[in-house]
Amino acid sequence: MASVGTHCRRLCRDLGFLPSLPPALLRLTIATSSSGRKPSLHRSQEDFGASDSSSPAWSHRVGPGSPGQAPLLLYLQQRLPPVGPAAFTFVINVVTPAPGHGGKDEVNEEVEPVNMEVMGHPEIYPLVLTTKTQEIFNCRVDEDVTDDQPYKLIKKEDIFEDFKNRGAISDFHPVKKVIQEYPGDEILLVYDKDFKYGLNFYVIGTEEGKENYLNPPEVLEDQEEYKEYSSEEVYIYKAPVSKPWISLGSEKEIEEESVNEATKQTTYMISRKRRKFGAPIKFSDHNASSIKDAYIECTAYPDKNFTLQQVEKDVGMQVIPQIKDRGTQTRWTYPKNATTQYYPREFSEEEKEAVGQSKPFADFFDNVSVGVEIALQQNEIMNTFIDDWKCLAEEEGTFVDKTDTQLKEYQSFTDLHSPMEKMITCVAWHPTIYGLIAVSVAVRLSFEDRVLNSGKLLLQPSLILLWSFSDPIHPQLMLEGPDDIFCFQFCPSDPNIIAGGCINGQIVMWDITAHADRIENIKSGGGRSKKPILKPMFLLEPDSNKEATYIRHCAVSSIENGHRKVITDIHWLADTFEINRMGAVFENRNGICCQLVTCSADCTVCFWDIRPQKALLPQTAEKKKEEVIEIPFDVPSTFLHLDLSWKPLAKVRLSKGETSVDHCPTKISLNESHISQTPDHMVAQDRAGKMEEINPYQNLEGGMAGHLKPIDEFCTKFFVGTEEGEVIYTDWKLERDPETGRLMSKKPVSMHTVHDGAVHTIQRSPFYNDIILTIGGWNVAIWKENVMTGPLLQSCCAPKRYTSGHWSLTRPAVFYVGREDGYIDIWDLLEKTHEPSLSQNICITMITGIKPWPSSSKQQLLAIADHFGTLHILEIPWTLSHPSSNEVSSVQYYFQREVKHLEYVAQRKVIRDKEIKQINMEKERKRSKTYQKSKEQIEAGLKLDYEQYLDLEKTTLISLGLLKISERRSFIDML
Amino acid sequence: MAEVEETLKQLQSQKGMQGIILVNTEGIPLKSTTDDPTTTQYANLMHNFILKAQSTMREIDPQNDITFLRIRSKKNEIMVAPDKDYFLIVIQNPTE
Repeated sequence: MASVGTHCRRLCRDLGFLPSLPPALLRLTIATSSSGRKPSLHRSQEDFGASDSSSPAWSHRVGPGSPGQAPLLLYLQQRLPPVGPAAFTFVINVVTPAPGHGGKDEVNEEVEPVNMEVMGHPEIYPLVLTTKTQEIFNCRVDEDVTDDQPYKLIKKEDIFEDFKNRGAISDFHPVKKVIQEYPGDEILLVYDKDFKYGLNFYVIGTEEGKENYLNPPEVLEDQEEYKEYSSEEVYIYKAPVSKPWISLGSEKEIEEESVNEATKQTTYMISRKRRKFGAPIKFSDHNASSIKDAYIECTAYPDKNFTLQQVEKDVGMQVIPQIKDRGTQTRWTYPKNATTQYYPREFSEEEKEAVGQSKPFADFFDNVSVGVEIALQQNEIMNTFIDDWKCLAEEEGTFVDKTDTQLKEYQSFTDLHSPMEKMITCVAWHPTIYGLIAVSVAVRLSFEDRVLNSGKLLLQPSLILLWSFSDPIHPQLMLEGPDDIFCFQFCPSDPNIIAGGCINGQIVMWDITAHADRIENIKSGGGRSKKPILKPMFLLEPDSNKEATYIRHCAVSSIENGHRKVITDIHWLADTFEINRMGAVFENRNGICCQLVTCSADCTVCFWDIRPQKALLPQTAEKKKEEVIEIPFDVPSTFLHLDLSWKPLAKVRLSKGETSVDHCPTKISLNESHISQTPDHMVAQDRAGKMEEINPYQNLEGGMAGHLKPIDEFCTKFFVGTEEGEVIYTDWKLERDPETGRLMSKKPVSMHTVHDGAVHTIQRSPFYNDIILTIGGWNVAIWKENVMTGPLLQSCCAPKRYTSGHWSLTRPAVFYVGREDGYIDIWDLLEKTHEPSLSQNICITMITGIKPWPSSSKQQLLAIADHFGTLHILEIPWTLSHPSSNEVSSVQYYFQREVKHLEYVAQRKVIRDKEIKQINMEKERKRSKTYQKSKEQIEAGLKLDYEQYLDLEKTTLISLGLLKISERRSFIDML
Repeated sequence: MAEVEETLKQLQSQKGMQGIILVNTEGIPLKSTTDDPTTTQYANLMHNFILKAQSTMREIDPQNDITFLRIRSKKNEIMVAPDKDYFLIVIQNPTE
């Protein structure tokens, strides 16, 4: 190759042009061919000067190539920039003669066209067109053929023409064969600006190549267009339109896919005789070889007939919407206890002061106070919002005629079974159960008769009868006592505990817990039949279980240590406090009533504790054990520890002071300010006790044990009514006699004799704790605690003796008084204070007990017991049971007025005493004066001055307190 | 201050008077004739109440304002005289 390059340069030097032409500017294009021709170099005649035309100026062999060397067809092209006066181009062609031409000089005939098969375009034949040729064919570079239109269609005849004109020097000569064979008329000549195929032009040798070149595949163009278009297009949804189905053969595929049963099904029926079913089968061991066909072996083997290979597989696919399972859960945390507290914002004193003194505050207050004052006064003048209609209705009464003030008989009970004539001594309603009332009965005999008949009486049981509204004939329970009971009371903490006082001075305890169900069932029965009295007798008779049962007492006090005479009154102490031997008051730890107070005709008031005493002697314990054996089974053991050994906790003698005779109490009334128990509360307690199934009285702790909390400001004073009609206000606290050191009861705080007979009622008002009603003999008195100058009210003597009385439980101004002639006096303090507002006959004999009971908000009952042993239940009329709107305050006001009146009277008394003294003095003086004057008139004048002097002296001395009046009299007498 | 005391005494002497409480707009009692717990309770509760009443009145008519409030209850009557900076609460039992 290098030799070719040097040759070319030498050639150029020989030609006389540009001897120092750099080789870089020489462009050599070498095409190899298989034949071993020597390349020949031709020079265009026109190119190298017009002077030597028609024949080649020179022809030179490029060099003898080595014999085995591939012959070269070398085109040497050199394009030079215009140098010197004329610009021209010359091309050096190295022409190898076409094979098969042998040594012929006719080179042009032998030229084999060179296509660009190497580059994948066999139809392209590169060739060089000189400027002259370009002019002939109108394809001058940059003028006719440009970058935009790099091709030219040349007619075949024109090229043939050129062949004829120029012969072998025609630029088309190398491709002459191609042109001759070309099927079309026009040949495409393309300007190869970038020398892609090595030369400045090329012709396309086939018709398809020409077509492809002129019309490049449209796909590309389309794609480009599409790209441009899609980038700008906004997608618009077009609903698919259903088109008629056109069969394209898919139904055949489906048919092929579906499976059809091709073979016919075969049915077999196998039958067996009926008796062969279920026949017993006996299995035994055999030698497999001993019997024929006993052993058949079925070994597994591959069956050649059924070796199937999976050739085809049908796989179905379906698109389904994506499904996702999600869950969420709040995080669990430990619960935490949290508290918050706030306190009110407050100003300090200084801040308050500062605000209080500020001007705006004062202004505000000035402004506002006027309006407020007006409003306040408006209210004072008249209650604007009072409902007149409502008040009117209240005045008129709702559904009951106001004039109806009579007590109406509701029911009555008489004990028909007792052979002896009995009287009722005490009445008490059951605290919780509706329609259950207890009465204590005693033989109606005088003391002498009683002593005479004592033998007979022992055979008779002494009873408390429990009556129910549901059965007016038979008592529900009969509580048996050792002797006639004169007073009893249900325990406020547990209505199943009853304490009673006997005529012989013993205290009796009953526990009816075991029978509680029975009496409660009666209660429900009573609730069902509203008017049990209307029930025919024969219906009631068969109820044998209603036959009263005797309930033995479970404890009695010791005969030696208790009262010696009839017990006239018994009270449970409130569950809030308890007292000790000294009468000092302590807090009650048990929370239940466990102490009693009794008064008796033996002039003592005793306190009892139902809890077992700690200091029990072993002997007594043994003794008790013996008793345990003795007692019948049906007696509850609640108060076993007390039986026959019960001693009073404290004993208070009601001494009259100087005289040896003591007061004989009949009734007592303790300050019950600590008793604020409502029946509801009691019921609740009762229920609670039942639910726990533990009777608190069953396991009482030893009393007085441990340290007790004293209650200091407790009022230990109480009222006592005596047989002589005195009302004593005294203290139960014992004090030590300073001389002997013995315990003495205190002297009474006050004592008044207002009643002219034994006091049988002494009772605190249910509305005012300090108002006490006392009834005794023929009159009634009302007292106020701490006002001890006298009773607030003392009625004048009634025509008949009063025998009992009770406050109304719902009207503070009303109380009922029973008389010995069977009349009931109803006092209404708001109506009259000098006489009862109403009197009504109940029975023919003495009324021994009165107990009201509010059974419901609409119904109030009054139990009246008489001397003949009949218990009358009466209904209290509406007017007597319903208080007027502000009765409590008006009655209170009345009592306050009375207190003021008493004070005034007391003051008047002092004044009157003074006045009386003065009057007496005056009288005395007058008497002495007349006496002296009558005696001696002569001396009178003389003495008068002296008398006057003496008088003056005396009065001065008296007023100075140095002389007493009595002395004066004696002095005058002396004179 | 003396005047205020004087007026207070005068109001106190009215029939059926149960208590007078002076409260600022934040509900903090400044002066009271009742015991502390009652004062705090009334001051707090009435403060809330009067603010609500005031806002109600202003909601109905922005030009309007509450000048006096009387609450009649079964047991007593509570009067509140509100002002810009303070409230005067008076409790009276009119039927006494």
